[in-house]
Amino acid sequence: MTLRVWRQAGPKALGQFKDYAAKDLNSNMSFLEMLDVVNDELTLKGEVPIAFAHDCREGICGTCSLTINGKPHGPGKGIATCQTYMRSFHDGDIIVVEPFRAAAFPLIKDLVVDRTSFDKIMQAGGFITARAGSAPEANAAPVPKGVSDLAMDAAQCIGCGACVAACKNASAMLFVSAKVGHLGLLPQGQAERDRRVLAMVHTMDEEGFGNCTNQYECSAACPKTISHDFIARMNRDYLGATLRSAFQPEAASSDGGGA
Amino acid sequence: MATLDSKIPSGPLADKWRKHKVDIKLVNPANKRKYEVIVVGAGLAGSSAASSLADMGYKVKCFVFHDSPRRAHSIAAQGGINAAKNYQNDGDSVYRLFYDTIKGGDYRAREANVHRLAEVSANIIDQCVAQGVPFAREYGGLLANRSFGGAQVSRTFYARGQTGQQLLLGAYSALSRTVGQGLVELHTNSEMLDLVVVNGHAKGVIIRDLVTGAITRHTADAVILATGGYGNVFNLSTYARQSNATAIWRAYKRGACMANPCYTQIHPTCIPVSGDYQSKLTLMSESLRNDGRIWAPKKKDDAKKDPNTISEADRDYFLERLYPSFGNLAPRDIASRAAKRVCDEGRGAGASGLGVYLDFSDAIRRLGENGVRERYGNLFDIYHEITAESGYKTPMRIYPAVHYTMGGLWVDYNLMSNVPGLFVLGEANFSDHGANRLGASALMQGLADGYFVIPYTVGDYLAGQKAGSRPSIDAAEFKAAEENVTGMSKRFLGTKGKQPVSHFHKRLGKIMWDHCGMARTKEGLESALQKLPALREEFHATVNVPGSGDTLNQSLEQAGRVADFIELGELMCRDALTREESCGGHFREEHQYPDGECKRDDEKYGHVAAWEFQGLDKAPVRNVEALNYEFVKMSVRNYK
Repeated sequence: MTLRVWRQAGPKALGQFKDYAAKDLNSNMSFLEMLDVVNDELTLKGEVPIAFAHDCREGICGTCSLTINGKPHGPGKGIATCQTYMRSFHDGDIIVVEPFRAAAFPLIKDLVVDRTSFDKIMQAGGFITARAGSAPEANAAPVPKGVSDLAMDAAQCIGCGACVAACKNASAMLFVSAKVGHLGLLPQGQAERDRRVLAMVHTMDEEGFGNCTNQYECSAACPKTISHDFIARMNRDYLGATLRSAFQPEAASSDGGGA
Repeated sequence: MATLDSKIPSGPLADKWRKHKVDIKLVNPANKRKYEVIVVGAGLAGSSAASSLADMGYKVKCFVFHDSPRRAHSIAAQGGINAAKNYQNDGDSVYRLFYDTIKGGDYRAREANVHRLAEVSANIIDQCVAQGVPFAREYGGLLANRSFGGAQVSRTFYARGQTGQQLLLGAYSALSRTVGQGLVELHTNSEMLDLVVVNGHAKGVIIRDLVTGAITRHTADAVILATGGYGNVFNLSTYARQSNATAIWRAYKRGACMANPCYTQIHPTCIPVSGDYQSKLTLMSESLRNDGRIWAPKKKDDAKKDPNTISEADRDYFLERLYPSFGNLAPRDIASRAAKRVCDEGRGAGASGLGVYLDFSDAIRRLGENGVRERYGNLFDIYHEITAESGYKTPMRIYPAVHYTMGGLWVDYNLMSNVPGLFVLGEANFSDHGANRLGASALMQGLADGYFVIPYTVGDYLAGQKAGSRPSIDAAEFKAAEENVTGMSKRFLGTKGKQPVSHFHKRLGKIMWDHCGMARTKEGLESALQKLPALREEFHATVNVPGSGDTLNQSLEQAGRVADFIELGELMCRDALTREESCGGHFREEHQYPDGECKRDDEKYGHVAAWEFQGLDKAPVRNVEALNYEFVKMSVRNYK
C-alpha cells in the first residue's frame, strides 16, 4: 500500500503530501498501528516520524483525528480513526491521510490540529452549575427513561471534531447541539438552559466556526452517530432563549446584597 | 528512612471521618484566594479536585498533557461506579461496601480510608446526577443498578457501557465552568517533568509545553498529583497509549515514597493479543459478566474447534464450577488466574491458545438479541471492530490483560504523601484498593478523592503555611529542577542511537509480563532484576529520538516516559520479590494453597511496603507501614 500523508513541520511552515510505502501489513492491524510501524521505520532511517494525535485507541477519548481518503475517521461508519482496521483496505491502495481541516482547528504539526476552540465553547456554557457538596439526593427528581436515554445519545459525543472536518462550512453545530441537547433535556439542566445555549452559540461563532446549511455530513461522519435532530432542537432552544432574553424582566440586583 | 504516619483518626470506624472533618484546620474564605494550588492531571480525580478547590476560593492551576482535559483515560472506564445507596433494597449499606472492598483488596488496604470511601460514595452519585450525568434509569424515572464482581448486591450505577466517559464529562464540565469563570488557570499540552521541593515541602513543578517545547517553572503552596496509574510499564495494557508514570516517578525521585508498586490488576475479560505490532489491548467490560457466561472446552482436543460445535456437556463453566456463590462475578484477580490455569492446561481457545469464551447464548435466549444489545451494544460493536467477529453469533474470545495499578505514591489519611504539601489522588496513590481493586471502584475513588476528601484535607495543610510564603520561581531549587529536565531532553536527543523508543518499550513489556505478570516466582523476578538494569543502560546508549526539543516531538515525549517505565519496572520486580506471600493481584507461585488460591502471610506481610529512592544505582529503602485491622478480621478470602 502507499500512504500519501500530509506533512507540515509547523503552523507557519508550508505543507505538502509525501508518499510512504507501507509493507508487511496484517489485516488485524489497526490503522494507527500501521502508522506506528511506518514511524518506527522512518526513525530508523533517520527521518522525523509523522506526528498524529491518538491516545485511548478504543474510540472514546476523541483524540485521534485523521481524514482518510477524504473522510474524517475513514471509511467505517460510527467509528473513530483508532477503530479503523487495515482489513478495510486492499493491497495496492493509495491511502490519503490528512488532518481534520477547519479554520477553527489551526494545524500544529503534520496531522495534529488544535481543537482548543471546542474547550472554549464548553467553558462558556457546557455545564450545569452544581458545586460539590450542594447536590440533592439523586433520586429526588425522577427523569423519564426515554428522556434520559435521549440525553445519553447526545452525551456520547467524544469531542473529536469530525463533524467540523466533514462540514463544508466547518460548522460546529453538531458538537454544540449535542451538549445543549444533553443538558437541556434533563430537569437538572433547566435553570441554565437559556444562558447555556446563548453563551455556547455565541462562543461558537466567535471561534470562527461556520454556519449550518443542513447537509448532515456531520452526523454521517460522527463516530458516535449523533443525530442532526439535535441541531434542530438547538435551533428551537436558541430562538426561544433569544426571545425570552429580550423580553424577560431582569432583577434590579443580581448580587444578593444580604447581610 | 521516611516517616510514614498514616494519621488515621482514633475512634470507632464509622465516626473517624466525621470526627476528622471537625478536628482538621480550616482556611477562612477571604484567605483562600491567597493560596495557590497546582493540580496535575485532569481525569476524574484531577478535574473534580481542581473545580472543587476553585469553587471554594483557592487559586488553582491545572496542568494536563492532553490537548483537552476531556481526553484523560478515566474516559474509557466502561462498566460503572459503585455506591452504597441500597436503591435495590437488597441489603447494601456503607458497611457492606466497605467490607466488600476490604475483602476484595485481600486485606491489604487501610480500613479507615476504605470506610470513608464507602461513606462518601452516595454523595458522588448525588453530585453526578446534579451535574447532568445521564445514568441508566428505570421506567419510573429512578436510577437503575447492575451487579459487579466481588459483591452480592447490585450497587453499580452506569451509563450504558460508557460510565467513565459520562462521569469524566461531568467533572470536565465542572472544570470547564471554573476555567470559564477565571477560577482555574488551565494549561493543556503541558507535561509535568519534575517536582520542586523547597525546604522539604512540595512547592512547585517544572512543565514542558508539548507544542512549543518551552520549559516553565510554576510555584504553589501545595501540589496535587492526579496523574493515573502506571500499567503501561507492561507496554500492552488496556491503558491509553499516552498514560504514563512520569509525574509520580519524578516525585518518587524527589523523595515521595512509592507504595506497593507490585500490586497490578490483570483484568480477566480483554480481547486477546493478535500480533507483535499490537499497541494496546481492549477491555470487554466486567459488566458483561452479569449476563455472559465464561467457559473453556473440557477437552484439549476441542480447543481449536468452532465453539458453537462444542456440546454443552463438553463445556467447562469454570468460574461457576470453582466459585459457585459468586460464579462469573468472581473478583478480577481470581477470575484472571482461573482463566490462566485453564489455558496453561492446554484448553485455551484461539490460534494462540490464550483465550477463553465469554458466551451470551443463554442471555440471548432469555432477553432476546435486542435485550442484550440494549445493555451492552457498544461493547459488542467494539468487539466486532477489532476481531471482525459477532459476539451475538459466536462466543467472544477473551484473555486477561493489565488494566489498573493498585500501587502508587504513598499517602496518609489526608491523601498527602510523605513529602509535605504533595497530595496524590486517584489511581496515582495506593490507598484504597489493597492488593486487588473491585470493579466499579476506581471511578468511585477518583471522584471521592477529588470532590469529597481533598477539599477538606488540603485546607488542613495550607492553614499551617503562611499565606504568600510560596517560594519564587527564581529559587535555586526551581533552577536545579529545570536543569534536570533540560538535561534529560538533551541526553535523549543527543544519543542518536539505532533503535526507536517503541523497541525498548516492547522489550520492557515482555520482561514484565513474563516475570511480574499474573504469576511470579523468585527465579523469574531475580532474572528480571538482572535484565532491567541492562535494558536501562542499553536504552540510554542506543535509543534514537529524532527531531528537536523546541517543537511538538512525540518521540521525545515517549522517550522520557519509557525511561521512567524501565526504572519503575525494576522497582515493581523488587517489591514483588520481597513480598514473600500471595495476595490479590500479586501471586507468587511459591505461596499458594493446593487449589491454587492465594496464600497470604498476614504475620509477616500484613503491611504496606513504601519504597524510598536513594539514587539510581543504590537499592531503594523499603519502609513499612503496619496495617492495623481494628474492626475486620483478616481472613482467607473465600468466594466459593
